Amino acid sequence: MEHALNELAPVAVEKVSYLWLIPLFPAVGALINSLFGIRIQRTLGKRAVHLIAIGMMALSFAVAVRAFLQLYALAPEERFLQQTLWQMLSADRLRFDLGFALDPLSMMMVLIITFIGTLIHVFSVGYMADEPSYWRFFAYLNLFVFAMLLLVMGDNFAVMFFGWEGVGLASYLLISFWYTDIEKAKAGMKAFVVNRFGDFGFILGLFLLFWTLGGVWEPRADVRSLTYHPEIGESAVPSATNPFESAAPKSVEKDGRVLRLGPTLNFRELRDQVVIESTGVAEHLKHQTVWGFALMAVVGILLFVGAMGKSAQLPLYVWLPDAMAGPTPVSALIHAATMVTAGVYMVARLSYLYALSPTAMGWVATIGALTAFFSASIGFFQYDIKKVLAYSTVSQLGFMFIGVGVGAFWAGSYHLLTHAFFKACLFLGSGSVILGCHHEQDMRKMGGLKKHMPVTAGTYLVACWAIAGFPWAAGFYSKDEILWKAFSARDLAFLGHSAPWLGPAIYVLGILAATGTSFYMFRSYYMTFTGSYRGGEGHVEEHDEDPHAAHAAPHHATPAHPQDNVDPNGATQAVHAAPHAAHAVHAPHAAQDDHGAHGKADHGHGHHGVVPHESPLSITVVLVVLAAGSVLAGLLGIPTLWSHTEPALERWLAPSLPAEVHFAEFPHATEWLFQCMGVAAAAVGWFFARLLFKDGKSPVPAQLKKRFFGFWTVVYNKYYVDEAYHALVVRPALFLARFFFWFDQHVIDWIVNFVAWLGRLVANIDGAIDTYVVDGAVNAVAGVTNEAGRALRRIETGRITTYLYGLTLGSLLVILLNFLFR
Amino acid sequence: MAHVTLSHFLVVAGLLFVLGLLTVLTRRNAVAILMGVELLLNSANLNLVAFNHYVVGGIGGQAFALFVIVLAAAEAAVGLAIVLSIFHTFKTIDVRAADLMRE
Amino acid sequence: MSPIRKLLAWSFVSVAVLTAVAVASARLAPALAASPRFPVGGPVSLADLVFWLFAVLTVGGGLGVALSRNILYTSLALLFSLMGVAGLYVFLSADFVAVAQVLIYIGGVLVLILFAVMLTNRIGDVNISNTSLGWAGGTVLALVTASLVVAVAVEVPWRVKLSHPLVVTTAAMGNALLQRWLLPFELVSLTLLATLIGAIVIARKELKAD
Repeated sequence: MEHALNELAPVAVEKVSYLWLIPLFPAVGALINSLFGIRIQRTLGKRAVHLIAIGMMALSFAVAVRAFLQLYALAPEERFLQQTLWQMLSADRLRFDLGFALDPLSMMMVLIITFIGTLIHVFSVGYMADEPSYWRFFAYLNLFVFAMLLLVMGDNFAVMFFGWEGVGLASYLLISFWYTDIEKAKAGMKAFVVNRFGDFGFILGLFLLFWTLGGVWEPRADVRSLTYHPEIGESAVPSATNPFESAAPKSVEKDGRVLRLGPTLNFRELRDQVVIESTGVAEHLKHQTVWGFALMAVVGILLFVGAMGKSAQLPLYVWLPDAMAGPTPVSALIHAATMVTAGVYMVARLSYLYALSPTAMGWVATIGALTAFFSASIGFFQYDIKKVLAYSTVSQLGFMFIGVGVGAFWAGSYHLLTHAFFKACLFLGSGSVILGCHHEQDMRKMGGLKKHMPVTAGTYLVACWAIAGFPWAAGFYSKDEILWKAFSARDLAFLGHSAPWLGPAIYVLGILAATGTSFYMFRSYYMTFTGSYRGGEGHVEEHDEDPHAAHAAPHHATPAHPQDNVDPNGATQAVHAAPHAAHAVHAPHAAQDDHGAHGKADHGHGHHGVVPHESPLSITVVLVVLAAGSVLAGLLGIPTLWSHTEPALERWLAPSLPAEVHFAEFPHATEWLFQCMGVAAAAVGWFFARLLFKDGKSPVPAQLKKRFFGFWTVVYNKYYVDEAYHALVVRPALFLARFFFWFDQHVIDWIVNFVAWLGRLVANIDGAIDTYVVDGAVNAVAGVTNEAGRALRRIETGRITTYLYGLTLGSLLVILLNFLFR
Repeated sequence: MAHVTLSHFLVVAGLLFVLGLLTVLTRRNAVAILMGVELLLNSANLNLVAFNHYVVGGIGGQAFALFVIVLAAAEAAVGLAIVLSIFHTFKTIDVRAADLMRE
Repeated sequence: MSPIRKLLAWSFVSVAVLTAVAVASARLAPALAASPRFPVGGPVSLADLVFWLFAVLTVGGGLGVALSRNILYTSLALLFSLMGVAGLYVFLSADFVAVAQVLIYIGGVLVLILFAVMLTNRIGDVNISNTSLGWAGGTVLALVTASLVVAVAVEVPWRVKLSHPLVVTTAAMGNALLQRWLLPFELVSLTLLATLIGAIVIARKELKAD
């Protein structure tokens, strides 16, 4: 979409008063469940807990739908709902309010979050049925949804960052949900800390942006950089004496609407300033440099560092595979559909800023491509089904960043939407599988589940079809659009130099990643659902290369949960704490009870001949809905090539994505060619997956592994990235911590102890002075008195004659003296 | 050494006084000390009477001297009673023995 | 020595002494002629000699009291001293006092002292640890005091009456005692009474405790 930017007007704002309800309901749900959840669960049962949670989600979704309807009814240029609750901070030029804004982009996000969130809440009812801390889970889920809504609905950076941090917190809480297991707790910590790295970059970018918006930069003759005069920017008007004509006055009138200039955190004001050319801010920003680098490039890259952390791109992706330690609904909601897409949302939101810096865009796209390729390669050899999906998520996020990086902002957002559906479906399907196999996560122990869990298998297949990018499932449209735009991107720059070759290079990486995606997804499908069931066939433990498999088994047997004593075939009944009578009977596995979930059976050891079963309705219904969504979402993005009009989503998102990026023009035939190439790549991947893994009969995988064992080991161990992190980052940090501890103990405490010693010394000296000098003086006085007395007592002879002598002498003396001195 | 005048009497009285003092201070015998006291009193009497005769006139000095004599007698009586008492206590009248008040 | 020889010795000594004194005063008389200090000139008269006799007696007796080792000699010396003082009283026109002196002092006090001496004659061999001031200190003291007193007596210009007749004082004394000095007279009698009783009590108690 081409807009004449200088004709763009400031966004028209429609004030509404109900936007705050959308985040409010989940917040209330979280509050109720966290404060009273335990009592509710005890008195009213788990049903009450999940009714509260799901009810709140449903209410939120309802309000979101209402907002959508209102938004839809407005004209495209006017689609902006806004509500300000109150002013949060006002300090000189730093001003932001607690405000919510819904424009088409955030509306899409809100709908995804509330809709898929509600579905996942429903899924959790079945999945977490035997969890004693049921209330805590739902409280955290609601908390997460609340934070995520703040993130997407915030109308300024501050509220968004509040939500940004909040989802990090919720992610931590949910990953370490079973915190009594140290590995899970560690995974949660890892997620949080790595996120923190990203947030640091994000904050720096934010500061830099805020700083640069105010003030005028004056070039200095001697230094490469510019000096900053913030005061000039506030009040200057273009004049002859002021060499910077683009120095903006505080506000201008435009079509009767006031446009505020200067540093701001508000998205709308920022957009207005940057997008409307006549303010000159965009030109101004494009030419600024800081320390020799283009300023907007630095800002863009720093903000993207935050996205790297939150959305698990290279090199900060390491937390996402470990995050699979959390319950499967968590993985589905947070680490597939919503939280990890926050980075994509952010880049899309700031599309106009990124458009100012080809370097930043090139950076985003390159990182996205590398990530996509890299993590796809790791996914080839993983055995844990959730890990496969985790790496797949990282890879798909890479695709999204390719999309927003090359300038196809709506394509990246579209891929976000479709990915939300099919990844959630895949994760929930895997959850269903895990549940059905009694918490077995190792794919080598699965197989042939198609006949036991048909619904799950069917929806899983549909989702694989979508993710691989076969036509008529949504993934095809989004992925295709992204890769096409990547190929035709010409505006990218690499390290400051224009790099028209970067687009095609990214395309190549992307296509390879797509092939890989198709391969490993279908591998997981074939290993899990085709062939015969390998579970419970005794232990084929390959300890040396398989440290990640079967995490579910030991970890689920945590003390918090009632132990199920083995032998479901037998007559022994499971002992449950949950007051659900339906759980008592294990033996008839084919029967589907209402809840379906059973206690965490001690698994894998001595567990022979277990037959997996289909999951209950609460789970299968959700799966079907998501699979349908994966297909139907494709309708939103029918490419122009086919329909000769703009795709519906592109039209919808256009007002939110005003950035203009230049793409090369190609004839339609080329476009058709590339579409076919995309499908072919997917087909190639599917073919090899089928060849090697269908029914698990092919010996080729094992032979290949034996031949290329070294290579296999490296890839299986994720290229030893975690170990590298440990050596390069964690150990120095711990060393620093130990050093500071040593410093505190030996230096600082030494100083303190020394001062104390000095004090004691002075006290001792004082004591000595007191004892020897002061008391000595007192005692000396007494002693002198004593001695004097003893000496003088000798006068008391008791004899009168002596006294008379004295008398006489004395009187003589008196007379003499009197006589002499008269 | 011309006519006897007041000074002569005074000198005599003075010498008596000194001798009496010497006796009191140096003698060990309690009775001797009392005798010294008598000498002292006598010297005072002599002074009195001399001054009465040469300077003042009348009978006052002599009356005074008379009283002194009487009281000296009384004092001698009591003093000797005490000396006897001391003699009985200490078995001696050496005054150096009576030093119970000594520190 | 036989009593006759003793008597002869004594009389010879007294004559010698008298002669010496007379000769000495005769020799010194012109040297000590009338001077402003001594308005009455003339040689030494007999009265002066007698005065000197009594003076020597008194002072000599005092010396004996002070220096004598034997307690009996001490009391004898005291006797002479008291007699000398009585004689001097006569020179000072105090005849009643002189007689009272002889009667009371010599007749009463001295006798009492002699009694006491007799009663306490045995000075036991009690070991006395500490000494008194000693003769040296006593001598120094005596000399200093004596010189002081004599200096005062001689140097001070006493306002002496021009005439000082020698009169009989008995009647005057009697009058004075019963008129002017009646109260002290009575009090003295009371004092004597108390002394009497006290002395008896003190002396007697010790006897009882013995």
